[in-house]
Amino acid sequence: MEKTDISDPSYFHKVVDCQWACPAHTPVPAYIRLIAHGRYTEAFMINWESNVFPGILGRTCDRPCEPACRRGRIEEKPVAICRLKRVAADNRGPVDHLMPAIPTVKNGKRVALIGAGPASLTVARDLMPLGYDVTLIERDPQGGGLMRKNIPSFRLPVAVLDEEVGRVLDMGLTTRFGAEVTSMKSVLDEGFDAVFVGTGAPRGKDLRAPGRDEAAANIHIGTDFLSSVAFKHIETIGKRVVVIGGGNTAMDCCRTALRLGAESVTVTVRSPCEDMKASDWEIEDAEREGIPILDNHSPKEFVVEDGKLTAVVFERMRAEYTDGRRKLIPTGEPDVVVECDDVLMAVGQENAFPWIERDIGIEFNEWEQPQVDKDTFQSTRPGVFFGGDAAWGPENIIWAVAHGHQAAISIDLHCQGEDLMRRPAPHVNLASQKMGIHEWAYDNDISNDKRRIVPHVDPALSLRDLSMEVELGFDAQQAVDEAMRCLNCDIQTVFSDNLCIECDACMDICPVDCINFTQNADEPDLREDLRVPAMNHEQALYVSGDLNTGRVMVKDEDVCLHCGLCAERCPTGAWDMQKFLFVDAKALPIPPQEQSDAA
Amino acid sequence: MTHILKPQFRHPNLRTNSVGLTRRDYEGVISTLCAGCGHDSVTAAIVEACFEMEIPAHRVAKMSGIGCSSKTTNYFLNRSHGFNSVHGRMPSVATGANLANRDLVYLGVSGDGDTASIGMGQFCHAVRRRVNMLYICENNGTYGLTKGQFSATNDRASRNRKGMETPFDSIDLCNMAIELGAGFVARAFSGDKAQLVPLIKAGLHYRGFALIDVISPCVTFNNHATSTKSYDYVRHHNQMVGRLDLVPEQEEITAEYAPGTSTDVTLHDGAQMRLSKLDISYDPTDAETALPVLERYKRKGEIATGILYLDDREQDLHDLIGTTTKPLNEVDADTLCPGSDALAAINDAHR
Ligand SMILES: Cc1cc2nc3c(=O)[nH]c(=O)nc-3n(C[C@H](O)[C@H](O)[C@H](O)COP(=O)(O)OP(=O)(O)OC[C@H]3O[C@@H](n4cnc5c(N)ncnc54)[C@H](O)[C@@H]3O)c2cc1C
Ligand SMILES: Cc1ncc(C[n+]2csc(CCOP(=O)(O)OP(=O)(O)O)c2C)c(N)n1
Ligand code: SF4
Ligand code: SF4
Ligand code: SF4
Ligand SMILES: [Mg+2]
Repeated sequence: MEKTDISDPSYFHKVVDCQWACPAHTPVPAYIRLIAHGRYTEAFMINWESNVFPGILGRTCDRPCEPACRRGRIEEKPVAICRLKRVAADNRGPVDHLMPAIPTVKNGKRVALIGAGPASLTVARDLMPLGYDVTLIERDPQGGGLMRKNIPSFRLPVAVLDEEVGRVLDMGLTTRFGAEVTSMKSVLDEGFDAVFVGTGAPRGKDLRAPGRDEAAANIHIGTDFLSSVAFKHIETIGKRVVVIGGGNTAMDCCRTALRLGAESVTVTVRSPCEDMKASDWEIEDAEREGIPILDNHSPKEFVVEDGKLTAVVFERMRAEYTDGRRKLIPTGEPDVVVECDDVLMAVGQENAFPWIERDIGIEFNEWEQPQVDKDTFQSTRPGVFFGGDAAWGPENIIWAVAHGHQAAISIDLHCQGEDLMRRPAPHVNLASQKMGIHEWAYDNDISNDKRRIVPHVDPALSLRDLSMEVELGFDAQQAVDEAMRCLNCDIQTVFSDNLCIECDACMDICPVDCINFTQNADEPDLREDLRVPAMNHEQALYVSGDLNTGRVMVKDEDVCLHCGLCAERCPTGAWDMQKFLFVDAKALPIPPQEQSDAA
Repeated sequence: MTHILKPQFRHPNLRTNSVGLTRRDYEGVISTLCAGCGHDSVTAAIVEACFEMEIPAHRVAKMSGIGCSSKTTNYFLNRSHGFNSVHGRMPSVATGANLANRDLVYLGVSGDGDTASIGMGQFCHAVRRRVNMLYICENNGTYGLTKGQFSATNDRASRNRKGMETPFDSIDLCNMAIELGAGFVARAFSGDKAQLVPLIKAGLHYRGFALIDVISPCVTFNNHATSTKSYDYVRHHNQMVGRLDLVPEQEEITAEYAPGTSTDVTLHDGAQMRLSKLDISYDPTDAETALPVLERYKRKGEIATGILYLDDREQDLHDLIGTTTKPLNEVDADTLCPGSDALAAINDAHR
């Protein structure tokens, strides 16, 4: 193999599994260390800079970082990254003085953002400090998008939402709430320099079956139902409720129904439980509240008696997999009848743009999806950008934020008359952590603790109160204990082949057999030949240049604990532990990063 | 010195042996030696050998004296018996222990100072008595623990860090051991585990006195350019004369070798070894021809490594003096102490 090029920022970035997996590339281990030191405000600011909504995401993020977390490969569970983020947000000190200054003299460019969800708000957050004149146009009376109208307040308290949405709005945007856009042309006619479409995927899907129309009064589209609850248009529900669907919307619907007073709530899914789209933790929360989930139940008919819905009939299914593709096949068992008063239909959402004229240069594909460039987020009409769920269909908040950052960069380049493909480079830095012979600026002692479980309020209380937050969050000690589980994957093992005397000390000490001195070979052979074969192909091999004996050092990054023992046992300093800072480029200028000893 | 404990986490795919243990289960506490010390590599090789042999830790007695090298018995097999003796006295303690309990596996770890200076006499007699043990001398040509004085194995040509010369010739422990009747003599380099691990395994299998003289650089006091025991020097002057491979139990010896270049040996416990000559003039089973060849290498400043001598008779002290076949702790009290009448009878026989 070729010698690894560690000057390529993506090499070490990939080693920081959580940060690499985070769509907004939040520097996770840096803020986790700050939390361990009780430095919540700084931890919050690192988050805010990357993902704009630390308090919201610390409760609701889909957390793609956690399945990626290295800790999950050396023991059962990853670090509770998401819940640590919440600790920073909940315990921080004042931050107003740390927010970027908003120029009073504007730069003369006007930008419209349609929809006030996380995607648009991120664009606003990134552009306001640059002096743009930003107008936010939203159908609803308040900002936040689905975070406000669909994520129930027992998961996300309104106060947290108001605060973090408010922090963006307070930057001085022009807002037009309660203003549904019905014509894109008319927005364009206002002469904005750029328009960003962040209208989400607002249309909840329906499910056709006999009796659907007759029972319409008692069948509700899940996302509409949740919005109506959020805006207090619905405050009660029937005694027996059936929720159809297996995604997160279904989980929010069933738990909301319970809190509105339903006596029995049943979730039904067409597929086997293992295939449910909902996140594991959301399913667990629903089950903990005593909600049964009937899997392999496909809705067949809505039973209506005397003009009123009385039951849903389900056909029993089983899954068959051929070439990794699933087919649901009726089992032939007798149908199941579940009696009910109301049905909540949570079978997916889609984006829809009846309000965008098709003759203004914004092209749509055959499925009526806008054509959007994956890198620039620009539509086929220069100056019109899409992001969040509006771009490619429903995702989640952190993706909406990541899109917003990229769109803001594009809008800035567009307004300054520059090439959209000339994206700014990330900010990277490598700094040795050596403080003394065996002393490091980070805590290299590895905690053996198991993942902490976030405490919940007493269900007897929370099931009666729609707005009582179920999760209590970690207390300070739990947060420290959980933070100590982090392996500091950003503290990189940096190897200088010219210093190595091949004494084997690092190889001998490494607790997880990462390090090898061996003959070089092609990657597949090299992977096989290591002390423990490197079978996780997602993880890189770090290969040195030729050493004196003609061998090379090969480190499998897969399960490195970043314990620094290799560097401690190296007599020549050929290994060093260096903190790798990676801050993704944003339109918002990157604030000077604190070189604090804890982060 | 490293302040943290070595993390308990291990690679999830780390190999296990047939008793379900991983290599890491054969480790001891974390080393307190200098970073890069050759002795730590020897420890790693011992750990590897014990793992591969599936040695039950409670059947091993780790014996050592004083020195950085002698400290290392603490860094492997932390569930074994151990005795850290006075400086240079390990061979006597090991002899006594072995006489009392012949069923344990005796693994002695010493240094060149501990062995070739203060312990020289002790060492010679343990060899001569063919105490059944593996004696590993971690040879760095210096007294590491006491800050780098010349040891008796330091070569005449080898200066210390400050450029000082030694007026004395070095003692070659391997030559000496062959002359004194050791049955298994090998030399190795801490930086070459491919060679060292099979030697340790064979030495542990061997019955009788087995010596491995491991050149194990002291990074702190004897790894400079004018040292003949530095990593660089050893790498450039290492001449493997006899290669030893252990044949795994299940496998038959099938490989074809050029005639006259290899010999297969089956040890008393059934372990099979193959010795391959790398120097055609060298025969590790014949002490008479081997010694002059070794002397020749030494004079050229070359380090002859590998299996240097093997006596397949595998005799040990118990055979030579005809002791009881059982460990003393299994012999009942009446037999151990036959009483004053028996003593009187013996005395009478001498009158
Ligand atoms: C029930 C449910 C629960 C969810 N839970 C989570 C969760 O826990 N974690 C997570 O990460 N994600 C969750 N999501 C997904 C997440 O909410 C969305 O992916 C995210 O909000 C998308 O952000 P966005 O900015 O693209 O659009 P949205 O948040 O959808 O915001 C779009 C905004 O545009 C407005 N709008 C639409 N059309 C117009 C128009 N024509 N004129 C003016 N305004 C308009 C809408 O009123 C809305 O306010 C959930 C989604 C649902 C449905
Ligand atoms: C009776 C006695 N004399 C002298 C010493 C001092 N002393 C301690 S270790 C040592 C030499 C150790 O050298 P070596 O066996 O080569 O071990 P190394 O540290 O080099 O591995 C000496 C002389 C002692 N501890 N006890
Ligand atoms: S251990 Fe820490 S740094 Fe490593 S992936 Fe997990 S959270 Fe990130
Ligand atoms: S930091 Fe070094 S010693 Fe620790 S696990 Fe990683 S490679 Fe091994
Ligand atoms: S002084 Fe020399 S022998 Fe002793 S631990 Fe240090 S390097 Fe090893
Ligand atoms: Mg010594």
